[in-house]
Amino acid sequence: MPSHLIAAVALGTAIGALARFDTLRIDYRQYPSYPQGYTIHMTLGVIASFLGAVAIPALSARDFAAASFLALAATQFREVRNIERETLLNLEESELVPRGKAYIEGIARVFEARNYLAMMTAFVTSGATVIAGSLLNSLAWALAAGVVAGALAWWAIKRGVRGPHVGDLVELRIVPIQFDGPLLTVGGVALMNIGLEEARQRYLQEGIGVEMIPKNPDAKATLANIGQRQAIAHDASTLVGITKEVDEPYFTPLVRRDGRSGKVVMAIVPAEKNPEALLEALRRVPVLEAAVRRPTKSLAGRLMD
Amino acid sequence: MNVNLTHAILAVITSEEGPVESGGAVVFRIRDEKERERVAKYIGTVTLGMVHDLRNGTYIVVKHG
Repeated sequence: MPSHLIAAVALGTAIGALARFDTLRIDYRQYPSYPQGYTIHMTLGVIASFLGAVAIPALSARDFAAASFLALAATQFREVRNIERETLLNLEESELVPRGKAYIEGIARVFEARNYLAMMTAFVTSGATVIAGSLLNSLAWALAAGVVAGALAWWAIKRGVRGPHVGDLVELRIVPIQFDGPLLTVGGVALMNIGLEEARQRYLQEGIGVEMIPKNPDAKATLANIGQRQAIAHDASTLVGITKEVDEPYFTPLVRRDGRSGKVVMAIVPAEKNPEALLEALRRVPVLEAAVRRPTKSLAGRLMD
Repeated sequence: MNVNLTHAILAVITSEEGPVESGGAVVFRIRDEKERERVAKYIGTVTLGMVHDLRNGTYIVVKHG
């Protein structure tokens, strides 16, 4: 293989690995947070990048075996999703507020996809390097073109794969927590029956009630999904903390829906009563792919609107 | 094999002449209101169940998932 092709593969692998590293840094709420976790994902990321980077140089060297091997190897990354799913499901029992299966499925998909994104970035980088190399006849300029193309590709991919957040779907506002006898109600929606007076007092003093009003029929349908609501409860309790202990099931944050208006309410006793922090946490909860509904994309849905 | 009870009434704490007779769950008959709540709380803590107030002098302890 000529030297500029090898340089293209090396550059593509490096930029792809950097891209994978970049996505490792941004997932603060997901779980690789220890060196072991990073190692697993970085190793796979580097392998994915190498596979992506090698494709065009292999083709231009007329090595079709190497190029078709890429397609074969890519299927291995499907296993990543299974590993992630299994790990998170096993951890579920030790969560005070579980993530829920829909959220776990979403996280597992994201992890699988990130390897493909690294692969695509590496593919574009090494492709641009090879093409620029054959046009310009200068290795330095070819590498520079590869870096620019890789950076642009990564920027575009990162923008493109960003999913919506709960804040895009709903208007949030703080509403008082009230009790109708033992029934905890927020914004007129009953959440649960709390039998113990001291727990009711804690809710009244330290609890925060939030009302989420869907902006459109699609948002309403999406928020009806139980997995989406569990994800909201999980993320809220992770980010603002909860005071619940295992023998206090009444402090489990619940997210309930008003069937008639479609609004969703939540009550939580956070570690610190900071309504602004809670609203910010809720706005940033990802909308799960499994929960997304778009009835207005159909004629029937539009007629209902 | 791990078997779990979910959404099952574990105990009923009621007043002496309450509406509850008997059933699958243990029934505690306690006249004093404060004492009833205390017993309900303790059973809830021990069983990791949730105490619900039915507002007729009866508490039930339920295991939710």
